[in-house]
Amino acid sequence: MLWINLIGVALIAIIVWWFWLYKPSSVALQEGVVEVIVKDSVYQPSKIKIPANKESVLKFTRRDPSSCAETLLIPDLEINATLPLNKQESVTIPASPSGHYAFHCQMKMYVGELIIE
Amino acid sequence: MNNVSKSNTVEAKHACCKPKNTTQPDASDDKVTNNLASSDQQSEHHLIVDGASCASCVSKIEKALNSVEGVQSAEMNFAQRTVVVVGNVADASLISAVEIAGYNAKIDTSESEEEAVDEKDKADAKYYKKLIRDMTIALLIGVPLMIYGLAIGEMTVTTTTERLVWFAVGLLTLGVMIFSGKHFYIGAWNSFKNHSANMDTLIALGTGTAWIYSMVVVAVPDLLPLMARHIYFEATAMIIGLINLGLALEVKARGKTSEAIKRLIGLQSKTARVIRDNKDIDIPIENVLLDDLVRVRPGEKISVDGVVTEGHTAIDESMLTGEPMPVEKTEGDKVVAGTINKSGSIVFKATRVGKDTALAQIINMVKRAQNSKPPIGRMADVISAYFVPVIMIIAVLSALAWLNFGPTPSIAFAIVSATTVLIIACPCALGLATPMSVMVGVGKAAEAGVLIRNGEALQTASTITTMILDKTGTITEGAPKVTDVLVAKKLSREEVLMFAASIEAGSEHPLAMAVVESAKEQGIEPKKVTGFASIAGQGVEAKLDSNVLLFGNEKLMAKRGINIEGFIDKAQAFAEEAKTPMYLAVNDELAAVIAVADPIKSDSIEAIKRLQNSGIRVVMLTGDNRLTAKAIAEKVGISEYFAEVLPEDKAKKVLEFQKEGEIVGMTGDGINDAPALAHANVGFAIGTGTDVAIESADITLMRGSLHGLADAIAVSKATLSNIRQNLFGAFIYNVAGVPIAAGVLYPFFGLLLSPVIAGAAMAFSSLTVVTNANRLRFFKAKDH
Repeated sequence: MLWINLIGVALIAIIVWWFWLYKPSSVALQEGVVEVIVKDSVYQPSKIKIPANKESVLKFTRRDPSSCAETLLIPDLEINATLPLNKQESVTIPASPSGHYAFHCQMKMYVGELIIE
Repeated sequence: MNNVSKSNTVEAKHACCKPKNTTQPDASDDKVTNNLASSDQQSEHHLIVDGASCASCVSKIEKALNSVEGVQSAEMNFAQRTVVVVGNVADASLISAVEIAGYNAKIDTSESEEEAVDEKDKADAKYYKKLIRDMTIALLIGVPLMIYGLAIGEMTVTTTTERLVWFAVGLLTLGVMIFSGKHFYIGAWNSFKNHSANMDTLIALGTGTAWIYSMVVVAVPDLLPLMARHIYFEATAMIIGLINLGLALEVKARGKTSEAIKRLIGLQSKTARVIRDNKDIDIPIENVLLDDLVRVRPGEKISVDGVVTEGHTAIDESMLTGEPMPVEKTEGDKVVAGTINKSGSIVFKATRVGKDTALAQIINMVKRAQNSKPPIGRMADVISAYFVPVIMIIAVLSALAWLNFGPTPSIAFAIVSATTVLIIACPCALGLATPMSVMVGVGKAAEAGVLIRNGEALQTASTITTMILDKTGTITEGAPKVTDVLVAKKLSREEVLMFAASIEAGSEHPLAMAVVESAKEQGIEPKKVTGFASIAGQGVEAKLDSNVLLFGNEKLMAKRGINIEGFIDKAQAFAEEAKTPMYLAVNDELAAVIAVADPIKSDSIEAIKRLQNSGIRVVMLTGDNRLTAKAIAEKVGISEYFAEVLPEDKAKKVLEFQKEGEIVGMTGDGINDAPALAHANVGFAIGTGTDVAIESADITLMRGSLHGLADAIAVSKATLSNIRQNLFGAFIYNVAGVPIAAGVLYPFFGLLLSPVIAGAAMAFSSLTVVTNANRLRFFKAKDH
């Protein structure tokens, strides 16, 4: 039983580390227009780094027909957009100060992060 | 730039969510009021070109477009026959340049709202069919297995034949997982790689665990004690089937939540009858240009916004304003796209086309607001960020608890409880609770002619404790009329009116307009004055030939030392009759007292009562004198009022109430009251018909009636109550469901939930949220 309990505790530790504590490697800065595919529960890429105080454009193409992928929210930048299926929708990110801005669908099935540096 | 151009960005979308208390002009306000053709802004124009058959046509078309003055660049996509032109140029010039080059061109409206809705409906229908197909296949395997399980009691493996049969069933279930549940596993894996977890993760883990355990029982039964050799293939297939069913029903229910926006989009007409070269021709709406003359016959829809140049008619604007009575229109009056011409035939000049029409902007605003979240939803957002990993940890802990303390076969109990915990937890219900209600609530408000800027405005409107109403144009019609002219000097009534009209001719103040209107009605034309100056809150001064004119209130006369004795009593008598007295002085001598009355809107009294009955403290603010204010306030049943408030002091009044701890709503015309609207917790701009700057406030009331205000409060309260029900339901479901799934009831009642029941509960929990939100569609503001 000891081993089983240890495996259980290890599983919990892995969950905590993988989903909450893991720090992803740095993402390359992308200037101008960034294309994002919305498919299979993930934004590809899900971490986007864009320059601070400079306008950028994110071009989203939704390939997932489920309605939860339809809405894009960037709450801290007060941006929301409806993403049509299989069509590109441009979302202009205004010149914004440095910071980490989460973007996600309404139900947070899709999550991503906009790193402005 | 012509406003038809398809600039498919959401750059302007956050303009709707600008921080409060900002006094910066809103970009979209410009859009409402300016003819963008004169703007210096570069913009994208999207054209569809017909007749381009070879690659060499591309350079010819690009060259033709590049030669148009104002064009910065023109790029053609030969495969799609589309051209993107960047520059400050009218669409008409681009179309004619392409036509001169020998091709046909039109503005690309492939992403028109209506087509986008059609495409979305088609995509949803296709997705629904796919989910139903996935569900059918999964249940075709799952249901017989479950019935078999119920019939024989337990599905176990004891003989080699049984092992072979169950192995085949296992492979069949694997087929179901791949065919009907592939999207869950791919989604879960992608999210996992991304260090995130969602509903897919829980379903994949739950069904995966059940299937792998069952396969272990079949492949190497000796690893497990005899009593623990249970098969859970039916659970895997049933869960996949039920969740697909839940998703399918959710797609259907979600479609209903966007009915209001579909209705608005449906108001746009497809064609317009324009007069070109003295001929009436029917053209697609997207080809209507600014200044085109458009003919509309009785029963037809107004295609774009414009100004009537010929004819007289009554127009039904109820679909936009909620105002049931048709509005009379004659030359010089504005008409808006989406409304219906009832009686006469008219010609109007197009002033706003494409995405600049009031209707297009209303649609945009409603869509943006429907997607925005009120603060009440933030808690659910925070929870959902941690939700799935926490459920995974609970599943592990539950399994460990059963393994350590559970009865035999503890391994089977552990697997069942872990699977059930994973399956019953529903992050979707939490995630859907707020947006679904906002979607329906904002749409419902739009149907009543109430445009809500965002979720925050919706939520705050439901908590308002004090509503400040501006008098002129809000409680009253805002179209005052001269009722009395009391001449004081040796002047004729005509001379008095001429002086008063001349000095007020340049002003847009409703009282000034009443004086000018009254003079004109009597055939008196205002003359040109010099040295015009406005004294805020008091009146105006100017010179007409050698005469020095002063026109304003008692304060102005006192300030300039004009003797008004002998007329004060008469002025007071006017005020007590709810008329506004104004003094005219010519060459430092009182010339006349002119009384102007602004009738109270017919339904103001009833609407104010509705507000008061819902527990809101109603206060009136006005720049008018105390006696007139008192008379109006008494008539409409308001006991608290503030008179002689200068425009800049209205915002201060709002702040004073806020300091008292009140949550303040301010209702005004959206133009003169802009600072006060911005300072209020919720600013309501009240319009007259569709002629209103829709971006100027948190909530815009399209019709002039104060019932719109009461409706806005009622809808916001109903929506917030719906959100609370949804959030409560989703929280309770998870808070109660997860421990029951983990087996907390087992020690007391010997009850352990089946993973199949958990799957059904999970599938229907989000459906319940959407269905509850849909109940809002039947909400009716109190009859009025």
